[in-house]
Amino acid sequence: MSAGDTMAAHGATRRGLFDKALLLHLAVLAVLFGLQFVIGEYQHLSLARVMVLATYAVGYNILFGYTGLLSLGHAMFFAAGLYGAGIGASQFGLGVQESFIAGVFSGLVLSTVIGLIALRTTGVAFMIVTMMFAQACYLLTLYFGEYTRGDEGIVLKGDIRQMVMFGYPFDLTSPVVRYNIAFGLLAVCVLICLALVRSPTGRVLVAIRENEERAGMLGYDTFRTKLFALVVSGTMSAAAGAAYALLFAYVGASFASIQYSILPLLWVLLGGIGTVLGPVVGTLLMFYLVDYASEYTSAYMLVVGVALLILVVWFPKGLLGTLRERVIAWLP
Amino acid sequence: MAKSKKTLITPKRDLITRRSALKGIAAAGAAAAASTTAPGFVRYVQAQTSEPLKLGFQVHKTGIGAAYGRWYERVVNACVGEINANGGIAGRQVEIVSEDDGTDPKRGAEMIEKFATQHGVDIAFGTLFSHVVMGSAPRAGELKLPYYVVSEGYHVSSGALNRYTFQPGITDVRSQVSSMAPWVADKLGKKVTMIYPDYAFGHDHRDYFSEAMKKQGGEIVELIPIPPTETSYTKYFPKIPSSTEVLYHVMVGPGVLTFVKELGEHYGSNRPEIFGFIDSLEAVPIDSPGLEFLEGTYFWEGYPRYAQPDQTPYDKHYREVVGVNDEGASVNDPKDISTYSHMFGCWETLYIIKQAIEASGYKGPKDKAALIEATEAITDIPWDNQHPQGDKVFNGKMHQVFGHQNISQVANSKLDVVHRTSIEDGMYENDTDYSKMPL
Repeated sequence: MSAGDTMAAHGATRRGLFDKALLLHLAVLAVLFGLQFVIGEYQHLSLARVMVLATYAVGYNILFGYTGLLSLGHAMFFAAGLYGAGIGASQFGLGVQESFIAGVFSGLVLSTVIGLIALRTTGVAFMIVTMMFAQACYLLTLYFGEYTRGDEGIVLKGDIRQMVMFGYPFDLTSPVVRYNIAFGLLAVCVLICLALVRSPTGRVLVAIRENEERAGMLGYDTFRTKLFALVVSGTMSAAAGAAYALLFAYVGASFASIQYSILPLLWVLLGGIGTVLGPVVGTLLMFYLVDYASEYTSAYMLVVGVALLILVVWFPKGLLGTLRERVIAWLP
Repeated sequence: MAKSKKTLITPKRDLITRRSALKGIAAAGAAAAASTTAPGFVRYVQAQTSEPLKLGFQVHKTGIGAAYGRWYERVVNACVGEINANGGIAGRQVEIVSEDDGTDPKRGAEMIEKFATQHGVDIAFGTLFSHVVMGSAPRAGELKLPYYVVSEGYHVSSGALNRYTFQPGITDVRSQVSSMAPWVADKLGKKVTMIYPDYAFGHDHRDYFSEAMKKQGGEIVELIPIPPTETSYTKYFPKIPSSTEVLYHVMVGPGVLTFVKELGEHYGSNRPEIFGFIDSLEAVPIDSPGLEFLEGTYFWEGYPRYAQPDQTPYDKHYREVVGVNDEGASVNDPKDISTYSHMFGCWETLYIIKQAIEASGYKGPKDKAALIEATEAITDIPWDNQHPQGDKVFNGKMHQVFGHQNISQVANSKLDVVHRTSIEDGMYENDTDYSKMPL
């Protein structure tokens, strides 16, 4: 399906009596919310973490899947949120909400600055520039070890993770609170992503992905639109990082390493490039693939690699991308 | 793997609990269905006295810690084999549930959750790399899973972790480093240049060795941090002042062979005294090509790799059971060098776990508090088959053990112990008191 077909399908869906796409996404979110009442304890704990990481993947997909910009340095945005929140809470005595905002703001500022520089390049050069910036950020987390404790990292302990919201106390060490905050974050980001990709701006993003020169010739300011996409993507990734720090009480340099720039790429590739729910599906599947495979072999990453190879060969658009191509044409 | 009987234990009262969330659903008319299907939080598996004691072994099978993890696993299997052959722990056989954490803190945290809620282990243990401990310990604390690490990091006694995390089988880096200073200052020289990796592990060396040397009237004449991505070290060596009497190095990772080779090329035969940490050369043969320059230099060893002339029967026993020869290599493959200075920590930790379980009368997860308190109550640890590295003192407030350290000299491509520190040499005070934290 071409981008034009996809856009037409989106438009047709929205003109109907029921907004099928919106209903589908709300239904998926409702299932994720309801799962906490029926799944086992381990799945409950795992799903909270998966939802935070899926938020990261949703953010990554806005840049990669919809705008066509392959970043190999998104870990710097995740880490900006992680450290912004973690250091804010542990060393500046900020509350949970303030720390979260500090993390998100860190990502916003970093993605704006990086965007202004990196978007002067395209294609392979963009990949390399983002990777190099991410490596610089990773080294900064080690260089400022006095504040970050470098590779060892920081544990958020004590009352740091208690908060009062809407007059009610919340304890982030509670699995129930953690699950629902992770769910809330994912739900907000999925709905933002859905709204964005179906908006005129979202269509410009797709137009840039399909043919940037043509989009420019049509009068769109492609640089500004790409910067917007990168900032939204980076800020969303930072929100996931900030949530990870506060929910799981650990901030460490490994989250700024190249591995965490590659992971969202794999999650998006697995779930479906350029689909709103694909990153969620991909993150979930990858988690369980690793979890189950590791019970049988220490070569579980080989299993993951083979699975990805199969996917790339037979389902190059990922699971939901293939589904959209063959069955559900209106899937955004 | 045996299925254990499941018992619901009342969870700690959360500010917003699963139950209160369910009540909210009930108001909407769905509570009945939801409550019957709810899994119940903090649902622990109640082990019975006749059933095996399950220990979750968090092992670095892959990732940067794999060389250590492989040997940690061998020691654990050997030790558990011995414990089970001698009647188990409190009459119960021990079952090891091992999971690979990939030497990754995120995966480590997931492992702790899996141990506590899926495998239903009684205790988790065995983690080595500091960042994995730091990522995992908060989850162990929140899930109230007793967690015995074998990491040598200062993170436990620094007070950064929680009441459920202990390090009873291996000394920490602050203690190790501090205890080296008196001998280095007395025998090698007082003007020291330090070369260390520029991350937390190296910073601990920098901070605590500098502090200890100053107490001995010594002086750190230059600090040379090496970025972790560095692959060649030649450019750093001119920074070493000519007044240096002792070059202190601690390099970890695959770059160590290059480091030593280039250091040799820099100095030739006219070198200062050189003192290093064996962490650089764990699992590496001392007679590897390129390491000739180390002849005559000194190393810290947690536990001497080479059997010494005054070898104790405890060390002999330990080597036999684990399958390590007198050169510190596998008896099945003399080229397979062990991580001898660290892996004994798993052996000694398992026997501390045995001691604490038997002292507390631990029967199942409901006795976790008693198990924690029994571990905290341990003080003097004798030198015997269960603790072959040496006698030790456990500090129940810091959750950290203190013990002897060894200084060895490379002679004929082997390591000969030239000094063994006292326990007091490595002791320090701080404000950490985990025992005041609620259980």
